[in-house]
Amino acid sequence: MHELSLAEGIIQLLEDQAKTQQFKRVKQVWLSIGELAGVEPEALTFCLDLVSKDTLADGALFHLVREPGRGWCLACSQTVSLNARFDACPHCGQYQVQVNGGDDMRVSELEVE
Amino acid sequence: MCTVCGCGEGQVSIEGQATAGVKYPYRAHHAHGHEHPHEHPHPHEHPHPHEHEPAPAASAYSELLDYGQGPAHAHAPGLSQTRMVKIEQDILSKNNGYATANRQWLAERGIFAINLVSSPGSGKTTLLAASIRQLSARARVYVVEGDQQTSHDAERIRAAGAPAVQINTGKGCHLDAHMVGQALQNLAPADDSLLLIENVGNLVCPAAFDLGEAHKVAILSVTEGEDKPLKYPDMFAAADLMLLNKIDLLPYLDFDVDACIAYARRVNPKIQVLQLSAKSGAGMAPWLDWLCAGVTHSQVGKQQQVARLQQRIAELEQRLQSRG
Repeated sequence: MHELSLAEGIIQLLEDQAKTQQFKRVKQVWLSIGELAGVEPEALTFCLDLVSKDTLADGALFHLVREPGRGWCLACSQTVSLNARFDACPHCGQYQVQVNGGDDMRVSELEVE
Repeated sequence: MCTVCGCGEGQVSIEGQATAGVKYPYRAHHAHGHEHPHEHPHPHEHPHPHEHEPAPAASAYSELLDYGQGPAHAHAPGLSQTRMVKIEQDILSKNNGYATANRQWLAERGIFAINLVSSPGSGKTTLLAASIRQLSARARVYVVEGDQQTSHDAERIRAAGAPAVQINTGKGCHLDAHMVGQALQNLAPADDSLLLIENVGNLVCPAAFDLGEAHKVAILSVTEGEDKPLKYPDMFAAADLMLLNKIDLLPYLDFDVDACIAYARRVNPKIQVLQLSAKSGAGMAPWLDWLCAGVTHSQVGKQQQVARLQQRIAELEQRLQSRG
């Protein structure tokens, strides 16, 4: 969903960082994308290639690191792994799982010059 | 342009006027004509010919970054200028920053804001118009309307008696906090009022974009599938309240209300559910009460904030006097 907006957000974030951290070009970017963040990695990579043209990240390599989904099962009071938001708890089979990880997206690291 | 959702070039307009500033400076059609020839193909390319530093491409899909192996390990300072910067920033932080500003702006004025999300055709605008008419004696209502094109919805809302501002997102598939912030300046809602933001009809993208609202409210009509909460889980996970609309049509449909609510709770164990029909008026009272309770809560919040500020002024004046 809305990968183009996200890609634009990423480039803006890089430009803001370029001012505060004093760099001019971005060569590689590591993105951490949760499995439950609702982002299609291929679409995001496609959009990043588009919007990075003529910016400080022109030609940069974008690495997408997937973070597994996690949730807290209210029934068995423990953290469990999730593949989708509405998955049942893999231990007790109940649907009382609250997502508590792997639903966010971050720019974690940059290689700059 | 975007092959996923049709998001396109910056065509956002508020009440037909282009918004101030360049919001999407990176879109291709904005690309300024290369007045600066950035063609310098890295003259400092590999000043050291000994290839003993593998690029960190090998670790591309792992979270482990070995600084000793990558280009950050510049063994001769000055030769290579590349460095690693760890930032750990949320990609939505820009939108979230605008949303925080909106939320503060609304809180200072005691305005209760909700973000209404649904598929196209679920009856959002009809529900809003009915709510506005029935709330006329209980609350001042303002509306921000989001649609790709036309101001039909804003006109319907104005006809129902509430000031409304229409945002046209162009090819965009959702409202974002920046658009809403600008719309608030145009709309200038009164203190202690109710602000209804009708998002673009879309159950996918608006889930991720905080606008500064107090609650997201998902509207699902019984003419849709009862498994929509499972098909579009992000939206129902983000919503605090689900309105099951058009229940006057239930006798003519195979819609399973209990299954639908169970699916919604599966995605979001804490979601509240109200069943209503904007057309027949059935079930409207609990929904209007829910809105009015929110309005009161926001008003009390503002009063408490004002009281705290007054108390601080009193304390400071006391300190000033004790010095004098």
